[in-house]
Amino acid sequence: MGEFLHQLASGLALGGVYAIMALALVMIYQATHLINFAQGEMAMFSTYFAWKLMDLGEPYWFAFFATIVASFICGVVIERLVVRPFANAPILASVIVFIGLSLIFNSLAGWLYGFSVTSFDSPFNGRPWFGAGYMSAHEAGAIVVTLCVLALVYAFFRLTPLGLAMRAAAQNPVSSRLVGIRVGWMLAIGWGLAAAIGSVAGMMAAPIVYLDPNMMGGVLLYAFAGAVLGGIDNPFGAVFGGVAVGVLGNLIGAYLVGDEVKLSVALAIIIAVLVWRPSGLFGRRLVARV
Amino acid sequence: MSPPILETKGLEAWYGPARALHGVDFEVEDGGVTAVLGANGAGKTTILRALSGLIRRTGDIRFRGRPIGALATEDVARLGIAHVPDGRGTFVDLTVEENLRLGAYVRADRQSVRADFDRMFGLFPRLAERRRQQAGTLSGGEQQMLAIARALLMRPSLLMLDEPSFGLAPLVVAEIFRALGEINRDEGVSLLIVEQNASLALDLADRAVLIETGRVALSGPSQMIRADDAVRRAYLGY
Amino acid sequence: MADADSAPGVLVAIAVGVFALAFPFAASGYHIYQGAQVLILAIALLGLNLLTGFNGQISLGHGAFFAIGSYGAAILMVKFGLPYWAAIPLASVVCFIAGFLFGFPALRFGGLYLALATFALAVATPQILSYKGFDALTGGSQGLTLAKPRAPFGIGLTADQWLYLVCLACAAALYWAALNLVRGRVGRALVAIRDQPIAAETMGINAALYKTTCFGVSALYAGVAGGLSTLAVGFVSPESFGLALSLAFLVGIVVGGLASLGGALFGALFIEFVPNLADQLTVSFGEGAKALPGAIYGALLILVMAAMPTGVAGAARAAARALTSSRQPKVEKGGVNVAAKYERKGEAP
Repeated sequence: MGEFLHQLASGLALGGVYAIMALALVMIYQATHLINFAQGEMAMFSTYFAWKLMDLGEPYWFAFFATIVASFICGVVIERLVVRPFANAPILASVIVFIGLSLIFNSLAGWLYGFSVTSFDSPFNGRPWFGAGYMSAHEAGAIVVTLCVLALVYAFFRLTPLGLAMRAAAQNPVSSRLVGIRVGWMLAIGWGLAAAIGSVAGMMAAPIVYLDPNMMGGVLLYAFAGAVLGGIDNPFGAVFGGVAVGVLGNLIGAYLVGDEVKLSVALAIIIAVLVWRPSGLFGRRLVARV
Repeated sequence: MSPPILETKGLEAWYGPARALHGVDFEVEDGGVTAVLGANGAGKTTILRALSGLIRRTGDIRFRGRPIGALATEDVARLGIAHVPDGRGTFVDLTVEENLRLGAYVRADRQSVRADFDRMFGLFPRLAERRRQQAGTLSGGEQQMLAIARALLMRPSLLMLDEPSFGLAPLVVAEIFRALGEINRDEGVSLLIVEQNASLALDLADRAVLIETGRVALSGPSQMIRADDAVRRAYLGY
Repeated sequence: MADADSAPGVLVAIAVGVFALAFPFAASGYHIYQGAQVLILAIALLGLNLLTGFNGQISLGHGAFFAIGSYGAAILMVKFGLPYWAAIPLASVVCFIAGFLFGFPALRFGGLYLALATFALAVATPQILSYKGFDALTGGSQGLTLAKPRAPFGIGLTADQWLYLVCLACAAALYWAALNLVRGRVGRALVAIRDQPIAAETMGINAALYKTTCFGVSALYAGVAGGLSTLAVGFVSPESFGLALSLAFLVGIVVGGLASLGGALFGALFIEFVPNLADQLTVSFGEGAKALPGAIYGALLILVMAAMPTGVAGAARAAARALTSSRQPKVEKGGVNVAAKYERKGEAP
């Protein structure tokens, strides 16, 4: 039973990370109908940035928030400079651009910081923690951080005028323009936000999966699985999906097929969902008008 | 006689490589109502789209004497030109309240925005009842009212409407046009109305422009258009 | 080059053919090996282009089928002792079946979802290949090694040259097959399904059958390429078949030119040599710069997409048109929608 709870708890922590990444993916998908294949590499690069700051002597939380801000800016810049020019290009061109972006981030990280695996400190270890043997302090901290991020994002989109404008711009760009919303900048801010929350996911994941330029490949795949499971146009669904994948992945990995094939489990989830219920558990059913 | 709030000279517009407007001249009086009439496919909707910058256009377009032909759509809107598009352009997944708040998005004066909200609900009581409802679940007439209310919340000087009567029951249409008349008289909002329902539009308008295959066939005071038998039979169908 | 009927097209094809034949006798061992690699990649790209370029099904996971061909051939040769000229076709048939089967669920996803699913496939492939349960067959994470084939009947060719010629023969045959496919009824059906799927159905085209078969055929091509690659390289291991491979294939067909068979050669040359070039460029940066080529490659991808969205083949066609016609019709700037103002992104219907 203890083992089960332990798997469940760490599944929740990981699931939180996947949920945040899935949310970032959904935010960009809702606004642009594109899947940002470079999201993982961007998050990884951000995490390295944080690591570098701490290496230079900055305290953790300073590095944490500085990274979030820097990632936001980076996301905005990328949207304006790289993504925008391809707004009217065929989908495959955008896919290639995203692949190019991931390569650039991956290589830059390797060049600037080296390809060897590094450890990344968690701010939560070393604090007294009463969770018995079920979860580590970091896992608990990660869950709390995840919840905070989700709450903040929700509040932003539901309660602020800017959040409302961004939702509007994603749903109906033409009408948005007609009420004076600068849709182009909404997209840029969306990218910035996605990059910012992606960086949080990276910083939460790093103590668990260790810091190296290839750390986010698997995480991205699980995030995809979560987004697909929950419904790629539904933020709540994405969050639910991410957590579900984290928990299920852990449990299936521990009890059924072994840890080494967890990626295949994610693959199976994606295919199964797309075959039986393409809009995901909570996504909108799309009906094609003939 | 104050200068027209909107005037165009030689307005041309394209859908991709195809030219849809071939040099359209007309004007809207400050505080007046101009109706744009014509058969299906004549180019009426195209005119509004061109004015808002939704499609490629050339020609001289002046708003309060200032050229706006090179502005992006959102900048045209911010100048005080509200466009209620054909199909209403409602944000169907957002609530009625959120749709309205978007109308006030560019405004900074919170107090008067709140006052305007109350006025809108006074003008269109049905919207007040459905404040928290998802806009997509409203009836056609209610969505039209919502679209107009949203546009009015922008505090525009010029309100452009594309076929406000389309697909609506006569009673509802009457209510809407009554409201439009009120808005024009009481607040001095100039109106540019594209309508298929010519008699309805001519009742409200003081000037009318008749469009035929992307060109102005006739323009002048609405009395004149209404009185011309040949025009009525050929273009307006009654 | 896709319109090989035209005089310049035929001339180019002949020139390429002659060069390809003469090549192994003029170049050194390593270059011949690279030449073989280019041909192998070209075969895989042909297959992927059939699926993605002509039929519009985006696959980010063709590395998986390449892996099935590779591992399949290796297993048949090492564990079952089959000669390569039997192992490769057999492995390719397995690939066809795998692709055909994958094509069924693929019917349900469209565009980006299929890209997602195939992306997942690509990421999961190395893990599947190194699964402990299959160790006996696959050799686990160590993989399998085998000897390169010698020229038969004691013909005086080196192993490298023989291998190159085998690849050339396969590439030529498969190119010819693809050309016939694309030019005929099947090709038109595939394109119709890509551009107007519903209309195609109403005209009696069994879209499901065409799409799944197309998947199978493109997997078959990837499988042949994989099998040949096993011969060329001499070993297979799970790491060689990760995401990077599938992404390289995609890059190859887009840079070479979608829906252009001739573009496969350009694409293959690009993905074989440009990473090397990027490597060369960073030599002067010193030791830590071994990561930089990836960044340069990535930047190049973005630039190529900006400058030539229709790929090298598309640009070549545009150049040919410009040179041969006196009055140039208004050409669309690459593949980018000129009427951008008309169709603002995401314009509501």
